[in-house]
Amino acid sequence: MTEDTLRKLKILAESAKYDVSCSSSGTVRRGKKDEGVGNTVGGIGICHSFADDGRCISLLKVMLTNVCMYDCAYCINRRSNDIPRATLSVTELVGITMEFYRRNYIEGLFLSSGVVRNPDYTMERLVRVAQDLRTVHRFNGYIHLKSIPGASQELVNLAGRYADRMSVNIEIPNETSLKYLAPEKDFKSVYEPMGYIRRGVLENKEDRKRLRHVPRFVPAGQSTQMIVGASPEHDRDILRLSSALYSTPTMRRVYYSGYVPVNTYDPRLPALKQPPLVRENRLYQADWLMRFYHFTADEIADDSHPDLELEIDPKLSWALRHPEVFPVDVNKADYEMILRIPGVGVKSATLIVNARRFRRLNSEHLRKIGVVMKRAKYFITCGELGASCVADLSPEYVRNLITAPPRKALKEGNPLQMTLDFGE
Amino acid sequence: MILFSFDGTFDGLLTAVFDAYACKRFPDMLVREGEVLPMFYDELREVVTDEEKSGRVWRSLEKKMSREALSAIVASFLCEIPDYDIVLFRYLRKAVDSPVSIETDFSDPDVVEMTRMVRRVSGEALRVKQFVRFQKAVDGTYFGVIEPLYNVLSLAIPHFVDRFSSMKFLLYDKRRGFGYYHDGKDTLQVTLPEELSHIATGRLSPEMMDEEELLMQDMWRTYFKAIAIRERANPRKQRQDMPVRFWKYLTEKQSRQG
Repeated sequence: MTEDTLRKLKILAESAKYDVSCSSSGTVRRGKKDEGVGNTVGGIGICHSFADDGRCISLLKVMLTNVCMYDCAYCINRRSNDIPRATLSVTELVGITMEFYRRNYIEGLFLSSGVVRNPDYTMERLVRVAQDLRTVHRFNGYIHLKSIPGASQELVNLAGRYADRMSVNIEIPNETSLKYLAPEKDFKSVYEPMGYIRRGVLENKEDRKRLRHVPRFVPAGQSTQMIVGASPEHDRDILRLSSALYSTPTMRRVYYSGYVPVNTYDPRLPALKQPPLVRENRLYQADWLMRFYHFTADEIADDSHPDLELEIDPKLSWALRHPEVFPVDVNKADYEMILRIPGVGVKSATLIVNARRFRRLNSEHLRKIGVVMKRAKYFITCGELGASCVADLSPEYVRNLITAPPRKALKEGNPLQMTLDFGE
Repeated sequence: MILFSFDGTFDGLLTAVFDAYACKRFPDMLVREGEVLPMFYDELREVVTDEEKSGRVWRSLEKKMSREALSAIVASFLCEIPDYDIVLFRYLRKAVDSPVSIETDFSDPDVVEMTRMVRRVSGEALRVKQFVRFQKAVDGTYFGVIEPLYNVLSLAIPHFVDRFSSMKFLLYDKRRGFGYYHDGKDTLQVTLPEELSHIATGRLSPEMMDEEELLMQDMWRTYFKAIAIRERANPRKQRQDMPVRFWKYLTEKQSRQG
């Protein structure tokens, strides 16, 4: 390995950075004694570092090459962009991965690639990296492989034997917009490889029922990504699509990527000063509501509220639209209902249903457990007097109370406050 | 006020529980040996650690509590915060007294406090797994130094042994002056002299390094810079998730050596 490898790594990491997914979750695999290196921990995975933009670095996220024959408007690596191009050899990439892994820099590899010649040619080279890592170097850590849209089923099946997770990015949540921004792509080219992966996983599950030693196929399932803000879709459409994806058996994560204006010269893209970070954050919150809080997509955003509110989070927004279901009695209500109280998370909801078997809970207990009483107090009752509920006050009033800036912020520059500054 | 003094070990704490029940007097405060005693107290009882007594307390706990709760008790003790000893003592006493397991009684302040401490300790153990950085030495040993807030190396080391089982590595807790050495087969607890330059600074000197080590460090630093999206810079989030106290030994936050 030489200085030249370092130069290539820099170019290819910069090309890969707009892909959001970096998690090393979803599969537990013990290390192997005597040979090879590596294990995977499951749970939420391990993040080894956090870059200057605050995003976690868990996997070595890199492209095999950033040469691409497509010309997608939203992509930094599009054919018509004048950027430095580089290609790593399989040996180089495998070497870097092993050396980084041994130094505890990373959990594994997240490999993607620009499309060269044709999808199958590209996919084959991705598979070769994974194969080399697993069979030659006995690498037992995490591998996330991008499935190239349009790649054949045979190659996807081969890739699935080595990868922990695979992903195909939808990128644009609506087919018309996708065709407009990326003329060479359509939904079919995205959904087909997704279907291959899904079928592979389900068949593998059946096989393993009969024969325990069949190697696992993409044990951590698949993920995908949508770019938010590059096309005119509403949050409602995005969430409906995600919820449809989550209802398929192998989809584990949908990532949302606030569109970073990379190709400002292209008139098909909106002119943004900065990426829509708040909207992206609200979408992730909505995603969490669907996955862990038993919400449906239509409850979060429907035709009368097609977009998420930027000012307040989607859970609070839902609660304020449904004052009739509150107050919730924390000592009696179901777990599902407790989860819906603003200010109560999965952790505190679990603690509440456990703790209330010992005695009746009051607000002091709730505070100790970790409930955010500043929000929750308008939505609960726990047999105490005093707290007024959102149904008695009005949703607008409660909204103002919760979103009012804290007192401290008011102090600075208060126009009513006289200053003792006489000037010079 | 009744004081118990014990030797600061977990067995000592369990013995204190045994002694308290034996003489039917329960402490309001626990002091570790060598700590300064408070100005006023009514009674001081010295606990002599006795494995038979601690074993009896532990077995009685085993009958009542789940395995998770038992390992949580041990993990929370690793925080080594003096004020926490009496909390854990009260927790153990409640656990002994109660006919059912108290581990999910989150309306009890001591249970809440104990749960919170477990979370803090296991969070620190996770951060050790995240932020250890190894450097490869000439002889092929991987070397890493870290200074965790709590004494969590023993919680993190099984993870490293499982992951790098065929590698030789040394992981050293500089704050507590001990570490673990894994020779590719067995793991030993080791104590090294503070004066060694690589223990003092946490970095191998260039002549002790493997020939590719500096290049690899450069690559990692380059990668670290390249992967950040400038338009989304968020230093606050970075510091939140990767506390500054770890930066001293993080390759990507160090400048190039030599």
